[in-house]
Amino acid sequence: MARSTRVLPGFGPTLGLTLTWLSLIVLLPLASVFLKASNLSLSEFWNVVSAPRVVASYKLSFGMSLSAAAINAVFGLMLAWCLVRYRFPGKRLVDALIDLPFALPTAVAGIALTALYAKNGWIGQWLEPLGIQVAFKPLGVLVALVFIGLPFVVRTVQPVLEDLDVEHEEAAASLGAGRGQTFRYVLLPVLLPALLTGFTLAFARAVGEYGSVIFIAGNIPMISEITPLMIITKLEQYDYVGATAVAEVMLLISFALLLLINGLQAWTARRTGRDR
Amino acid sequence: MATAATLRRSVDPAARFEARSATREAPWVKRTLLAVALSFFALFLLMPLIAVFIEALRKGWETYFTALIEPDALASIRLTLLAAGIAVPLNLVFGVSAAWAIAKFEFRGKHFLITLIDLPFSVSPVIAGLVYILMFGAHGWFGPWLNEHDIRIVFAVPGIVLATIFVTFPFVARELIPLMQAQGREEEEAAIVLGANGWRTFWHVTLPNIRWGLLYGVILCNARAMGEFGAVSVVSGHIRGETNTMPLQVEILYNEYQFAAAFAVASLLALLALVTLGIKSWVEHNAARSGPAAQDEATAS
Repeated sequence: MARSTRVLPGFGPTLGLTLTWLSLIVLLPLASVFLKASNLSLSEFWNVVSAPRVVASYKLSFGMSLSAAAINAVFGLMLAWCLVRYRFPGKRLVDALIDLPFALPTAVAGIALTALYAKNGWIGQWLEPLGIQVAFKPLGVLVALVFIGLPFVVRTVQPVLEDLDVEHEEAAASLGAGRGQTFRYVLLPVLLPALLTGFTLAFARAVGEYGSVIFIAGNIPMISEITPLMIITKLEQYDYVGATAVAEVMLLISFALLLLINGLQAWTARRTGRDR
Repeated sequence: MATAATLRRSVDPAARFEARSATREAPWVKRTLLAVALSFFALFLLMPLIAVFIEALRKGWETYFTALIEPDALASIRLTLLAAGIAVPLNLVFGVSAAWAIAKFEFRGKHFLITLIDLPFSVSPVIAGLVYILMFGAHGWFGPWLNEHDIRIVFAVPGIVLATIFVTFPFVARELIPLMQAQGREEEEAAIVLGANGWRTFWHVTLPNIRWGLLYGVILCNARAMGEFGAVSVVSGHIRGETNTMPLQVEILYNEYQFAAAFAVASLLALLALVTLGIKSWVEHNAARSGPAAQDEATAS
């Protein structure tokens, strides 16, 4: 719309306030990371971000985040399906509690999961005889990241599932397809963009997650240290430049994921005809 | 009206899928899916929640309340309330103003601006804390100047507030932008043409339309503000009774093996989470009843 046809007031002040606040709180502080890291020469930067202990933390963070997002994609889809398609007692409670990981402080989740999966915990005591240790092991990181990521998948798949036209399924059924075939060839292609978006959102959150993980991980160097913890460790040793270098790597990954998520959401909107 | 509302609540939309053979699975498939999904739900969401309260009360109510009225715990509660009390209103004003500019006007770079507003969601909380150390720490950009004027920002309360503002930055804007975009600007334009000024239009036309979305954004913003751990942990300095928020107090008690006390403070935060989810469900219910979605539902049934 051309400037001359604007009837509503307040464009200048609100946009001005928005840009000022955004710059002061988010953009300038984030820029300081890149300026600080530029104090390092390229080879020094590379030495910091490719040190064995840091590389071990990337492997753990990315491996566990991918695994957790994959687990959430499977079980999150199941939960979304059950919430949309089936009637069962306690459904409203289950639906409301899906968002628990958004509302429960991460530190609380961390100590609760540790208590559950410790050797004498409710769940840990059953896993111990099987030789499975979760708390203070890399597997603990996975458990915490599954907890954190679950609502992302459920809440992106659920609305798409609710808006589906039943006509497609009826057409498939009248053509003789079984429910399995209908799901595989009719429903899954429509759900796929939302499922991938949820997967990527869960993954992006998991890579940066700190609070819930550090309690249950045990934080053993080279074995169960996540990348955000490496930043904290370097800060505690007053190695600000090193901390910033690792932070820069994480930020670049976050930005790449953000672009990917925006692309996936546009795809979801096109595939389902929803404009979000 | 009342009967329509109760009718809508009693009829689960899932019933229409279960009623048609084309959208219905064999009973064993349904039972298996429900069993697996609900077991997963119980294992990963329900049990941690219950564990918080059981662990908190393990040594009885007396220990529980003693842990809560302990001076350091009270100080942490006060600091958490203070940080949220500053961060939430500031981000509320920002969110409303950003949504007004973005939803009611056309300008270049709008999508880019929305992406920038979302940025704090995709940044690790640890980095959210780190950036303020780099700006205001002893070796930071403003460090020497602040030191000269004897102003402390990091390892003090202002740093905690700043980190809290950063991590809760997008919440209100994120809820309001799509809502206000969907509502368009005809109603506001009509009010202006009829002679109302900008503020009056906002208070009497826009605000009633966005009230549920606004409340939704504010409660989620508040939950995150009170519960933030990573970002606040980096800038806090962990001075007992001074710069510890409730989540940090939980960490300290836990690391000192005072498990009952740690879970007692944690249980307050878990209660906050439950209240947040309760209000959220209530808001969603009301928004669905007063919004256009309710009319669609009514005509469909």
